This record gives sequence, structure tokens and C-alpha cells, in this order.
Amino acid sequence: MENKKTILDIHNFSVSFEQYGSGFKKTTLPVIHNLDITVHQGEMVAIVGSSGSGKSLLAHGILGIQPYNATLGGEIIYNGEVLTEERKKALRGSEIVLVPQGTSYLDPLMKVGPQVLKGKNDKKLKERLDKIFKGYNLRDNVYNLYPFELSGGMNRRIMVSTAMMAQPKLVVADEPTPGLHMEMAKKVMSHFRELADNGAGVLVITHDLEQAIEVADRIVVFYAGTTLEDADVKDFEKEETLRHPYTKALWRAMPKNGFKFIDGIQPYVKAMPEGCVFGPRCPHFTEECKCAIPYKNVKDGRVRCIKAEEN
Amino acid sequence: MKLEAKNITFRYGKNDKKILENFSLSIESHERVGIIAPSGFGKTTFCKILSGYENAQKGEILLDGKPLSSYKGYCPVQMIWQHPEQAVNPRLHMRDILAEGDEIDERIIKGLGIEEDWMNRFPSELSGGELQRFCIARALGKRTKFILADEISTMLDLITQSQLWSFLIKEVQDRQIGLLAVSHSMPLLENVCTRLVDMEKNI
Amino acid sequence: MRKINGRIMTVMLFSAAILFLAAITISGSIFSDEAMITDFSRKNLAPSLQYLFGTDWLGRDMFIRTLTGLSMSIKIGLLAAFASSIIALALGIISATMGKTADAIVTWIIDLVMGIPHILLLILISYAFGKGFKGVVIGVALTHWTSLARVIRSEVLQLKEATYIKAAQKLGVSKFEIAWKHMFPHLFSQFLVGLILMFPHAILHEASITFLGFGLSPEQPAIGIILSESMKYLAMGRWWLAVFPGLLLVGTVILFDVAGESLRKLLDPSSAHK
Repeated sequence: MENKKTILDIHNFSVSFEQYGSGFKKTTLPVIHNLDITVHQGEMVAIVGSSGSGKSLLAHGILGIQPYNATLGGEIIYNGEVLTEERKKALRGSEIVLVPQGTSYLDPLMKVGPQVLKGKNDKKLKERLDKIFKGYNLRDNVYNLYPFELSGGMNRRIMVSTAMMAQPKLVVADEPTPGLHMEMAKKVMSHFRELADNGAGVLVITHDLEQAIEVADRIVVFYAGTTLEDADVKDFEKEETLRHPYTKALWRAMPKNGFKFIDGIQPYVKAMPEGCVFGPRCPHFTEECKCAIPYKNVKDGRVRCIKAEEN
Repeated sequence: MKLEAKNITFRYGKNDKKILENFSLSIESHERVGIIAPSGFGKTTFCKILSGYENAQKGEILLDGKPLSSYKGYCPVQMIWQHPEQAVNPRLHMRDILAEGDEIDERIIKGLGIEEDWMNRFPSELSGGELQRFCIARALGKRTKFILADEISTMLDLITQSQLWSFLIKEVQDRQIGLLAVSHSMPLLENVCTRLVDMEKNI
Repeated sequence: MRKINGRIMTVMLFSAAILFLAAITISGSIFSDEAMITDFSRKNLAPSLQYLFGTDWLGRDMFIRTLTGLSMSIKIGLLAAFASSIIALALGIISATMGKTADAIVTWIIDLVMGIPHILLLILISYAFGKGFKGVVIGVALTHWTSLARVIRSEVLQLKEATYIKAAQKLGVSKFEIAWKHMFPHLFSQFLVGLILMFPHAILHEASITFLGFGLSPEQPAIGIILSESMKYLAMGRWWLAVFPGLLLVGTVILFDVAGESLRKLLDPSSAHK
């Protein structure tokens, strides 16, 4: 992976919300802070965290479609250059595409074929679409059907086709398989795998670690609004190769690895602990952890823990 | 006590395709039954019928031999939903949401790790995992005899999933509450349940 | 630099609008006797510092007459809009909760009332109830409830299907408690905004039918009367008789709209944090 070109490099990214409390007090809620992530060409990276923890905001932040009361911080570097709001506008839909969470993002009043082609009537484009549809086991007649006439799985493939048509360099997929049956989910994920194998950088945002392990090249663990570990998927085979105490706890909580849990909960945005966000639940927590924790390189991965051993 | 679904046939609209046809299942109080089936097989619909949210066109739901609809007021069959944020009123405080349950024991609140401070918050000020704890607690009222858990931990992280299930398993065991669990994750159901039912083969 | 807090701005705007309207209403009521005083020594005076809006052909102070007229309009508007929104609330809830037949009947009535031109129906009802104060209030009340009733109907329908309402039913929460604790808070904000946004319509329509001669009687200093009487004198160059009362009427309507919009902004979650 080292020699491949970096497509996306996110440093110290943060998203905060301005909100009114009771009365006129305006407060700022830092939902995401200190988030770091890199995606290389031809690589599939999965960022894994529980739902409602603000992961989707990352996707929306990269594309510049965050809600009106959100403020972004940090730096996003795309293809060697800083990704400004103007560049996001220019590139989204062509070089950078988002595959959103629900199939409700499809226009219900437009046939799917023209919808994927964005209304353009170009023979070459149509031919390419036919090829893509064929690749996804979508029959020719699908072109002239409306989204409601297709099954959920087919609509998902249509959305991935839309992403493929743009020949993107970066694909951001936000929870592409919620509530899908394992077989179905694997199928949908394999489409993203293909996009990566064709040279695009793919960033999948998901809550499902078990599924991510099956398809991704690298896993980034997201906890309490920040990234705690960046590990090769092979590291998830054994607990010992993992770096962060939280990732290890996650590993042990997998049903197939013993279904064991640790106490406590992810801290709430308004009540973040001092220093390490995992501190209150960590067995190795000491006074030293009550400081800003650097994201350091450990064994070909990265980890936000001062106790992780460098090697 | 026994919860039975007898020959259930269900479709949403008159012209829609049948989601369930002649489906039967019975659960005993001491059992934890897991349902497996591909997506779109009507697992959520079945849970809704079994807890009285929907009425089937054909067939009946019997609790202790009597139709479920004959139980007025508090329903002894409680369903826990996949998306807790839809199952609570966004304008109520968590304390009031919990108060709607049937005399929820302090032990349950403690066991689920619900903190006193959360009680004064609104649902939008809690994470999905925290909200789901409230929904589980609310469903475990005094008169609850059966719990239907529809993908209740799909959206949560693995540790929270394991925490919630460990508590729920112990609670239903101690109180002889029957449990029906729906999940797409086979390893999870194998860990949770005493019996698995494949809907595809049962039809 | 500290940015001006959006919520404070909105609340200030809302309070200013309400204060101003209250001032008009109260001062109009206090001066209602003076508005009747005729004094031929000050006939047809153009606007001056002493008589801000000038005087008319009977020597009445137009400023005071306008205030009294507007205050009358606002009172009618308040009463009619209030009655109208009660009708909307009742019919909306009946339509959503009392079964298919009730829904069909209410929806049919809504379509019927909406189908007939507003002003025509208003005139007919007002005339049937003997014009005057009573006629106007009943007329406006009976014609303005339709769109709010639709909003309430769809809101209740949506609430009824909400998972959390159904879950509460299964927890044995009584019907009354579900309506009061779960539905009412959602409906209230919709209802309040709808009510306030109804005022400007009610006021304008009251003025219109009075202007046309189907509303309040000519002795009353209503804004519609003032405007229709001034018509005769406009050609003689007495522009102030129509311009100032007209402007103030428009201003009042806009203020109510501002009040309603700012309230909506505060209550609507999609803009509440701006």
C-alpha cells in the first residue's frame, strides 16, 4: 500500500454544532474531534463506530453537505491539494461521489436509467451504463423502470451504478447495508470492493465491524467522536496484534470471540472525560492519560494511546 | 405460559403480495427463540403481529390460550424496536418516557447502566445505545410475559451489544419471560437463543 | 466580534411586532370617543404636526380615526381568527380520529369551502347574519379555518402512525394521556403559528367586506369605512384620507405576518438553531 498514491488525507478533522440550549444560550457541541484518516488509490478503508456517534457527519463534511449549524475544522487533502468548500462543490458527483444511507435518495418520479445518466442522452454513456448494469446482474428492462418497481437490493445496485458512472476517484459510502441480511450485505459490499479494485479509493462508513473485516483492507476504529486506531484488516485475526484497549475490547465482544463485554458507555459529547476518551473504561488508565493523546505510529498502524508499545 | 401464532397470513394492501402465509410458531416462557430469514421475509412484520401492532388477515395470536386482543390495557407481549429514536417521543424527558413502563424496577435501570443524569435529558441528547437501554428497560415492566427483540442491537457497537444482551438474557431467565430475537447475525443468535427457527423452511 | 445571536433577534422582532400591535389596539380603544368628534373649524386640513394624518370633511382627526379603525379591525381579527382556529382544531381532530366516514365528510366540507371564492362566501355569510360586527366575525370565522384544519388533520394522522404513540398504547397508556402528553405538544406549535398567521387574513378580509358595504355599519370608525368614504374625496386632492389609513393597514398586516413567521422560526426544528 505504501507506494500507492494517497487520494484522501484527513488531519485533525472536527465538526461542531451550534445549538441553543434553554433560552438564549448558544452552545457549541464538538461532535467530531481529532479525526485522522487516509485513503489510498485502490484501497478500501472502513471506518467503524456505533450509530448516532456522528460518523455520517464525516461523510457529509467531506462532500460539503453538512447541516447549516455545523462548523468544520482541520484539514482535508484530496489528491495532494486542500479540499476547500469550492472544490468540494466542483468535484462532488464527478470525482468524489457519495453513496448515501437510504434508497430514498433516488428520485421516485424518474426512471432509473435516465436518472443514473442524469438526463443526458449520450450513446456512449448509455453503452457504458448497459455494461455496468450487466455487471451488477441488472437486466436491460430495468432501465425503463421506476425505483418503486425495483426491490431494495436492486435499488442499492442502482445507487452503486450511479457512483460507477461518474468514474470517481473517491467513493464515500455511508452505512450501505443497514439491516440487510448477511448474504445481501456481502453482495452490496462486494460492489464497493470492485470499485476499489478498479483503482478508486473507497471509504465505507459502517457500524458493523464483522462485515468490515470481511471486505475492507484497513479498519479505522471510531469512538466518542475520534479515531482510536488505524489497523490492517489482518490485525483483527488475533487480539494480540491489535493496538488499542478499546479495539481489543471490541474484538472480545464479537459473538464468535466470546461475546464478553466491558462496563461503561461511550461518553456523551457534553460530558467528555479529560484526556483519553476511553480512559474511564480502560483497565490501564493512569494519571498520565489525562492529557492530549497523540496519534502515533505503532507496528504499521496508528493508535491514539500513550501506552501502546512502539516497535 | 405459551405464546402462539397460528396459521398467520398477512399482507399490507389488498393487492400487495403476501408477506406471511400460513405461518405458525409457539414460544414457551422458558425459551429464547431466534428467527433467521433473509431480508424482506417479514420478520419485523411478524413481530408486529405477535405483539398486536398489526392484525393478520388470517390466523390468530394466542397468549396462554386466549387471544392477545382480549388483554386490555398493558400488553403482556412487548416489542423492542430496531430504531430506539423512533420508539420514544422526542418531546418528552427520558424520566417521563421510562415512567410509562409498568413500574420499572430500580434493579433493571441499574443493570442496564442507565445513569441518573440521563433522566433529565431529551431523546435527542442521548446516543442510540443509551436510548436503546431505556427502550429495553421500558419493555421490562412488571406485567411483561414475552419480549420480542427486533434487531435491537444492529446499530450499536459490539460492546454495547454484548452488554445489553447479557443483561436481557439474565433478566428473562430470572423472571421466566419468553424471548423472541430477530437478527441478521447468526453468531449473535447462537449466543443468545435456546432454539433457532428458520422462517424459510417453516413456510 | 460577537455575532448577533439569531434567536435573540427573532424574539426581539416577535416582541416588537406584538407590542406595536397591542399599542395600536389599546390606544384605538381609548380614543374611540374622540374619533367621533366633528369640528367644522378644522375641515379638510392637510397633514401637519398637529394633525398627523390631516382631517376630513367633517373635521375629524384622521390619525385618531385610523387608530380606532385599526383597533376595531384587530379586535375583530383576533376574535374571528380565534374562533376559526378552534373550528380548525375540532374538525381536524375529528377528521383524523373518528373513522373514515367522518374524515370523508370533513374533507368534503374543506374542499367545498375552499372551492368557493373567499370574499364571495364571506359576503354571503356576513349578509345572512345581518352584517355589522356579528356578521363580520361569523363570516371571517367560518371561512378561514380550512387550511389550518388540513394541517392539523395530517399532523394528527401522522402522529397516530408514529411508533412511539403505538408503543405507548401497548404500554397501557390511556387515550386521554396519549392525546395530552404525546400529541398535544406537537400540535400546539403548529396551531399557534397557524393562528397568528390567520390574523392578517382576517383583518384584510374584514376591511375588504366593510369597504364593499357588507361589513360594519357606516357609523363605526372601521378602516374599511374610512377607505370607502375617502374614495369620494380622492379626486378633490385629499390624498391623505386614503394614503395614511391604507399604509397603516398594510403595516399592521405585515407586522402580524412578521410575528407569525418569527414564531414559526423559533418552533420549527429545521431553523431553530440558526
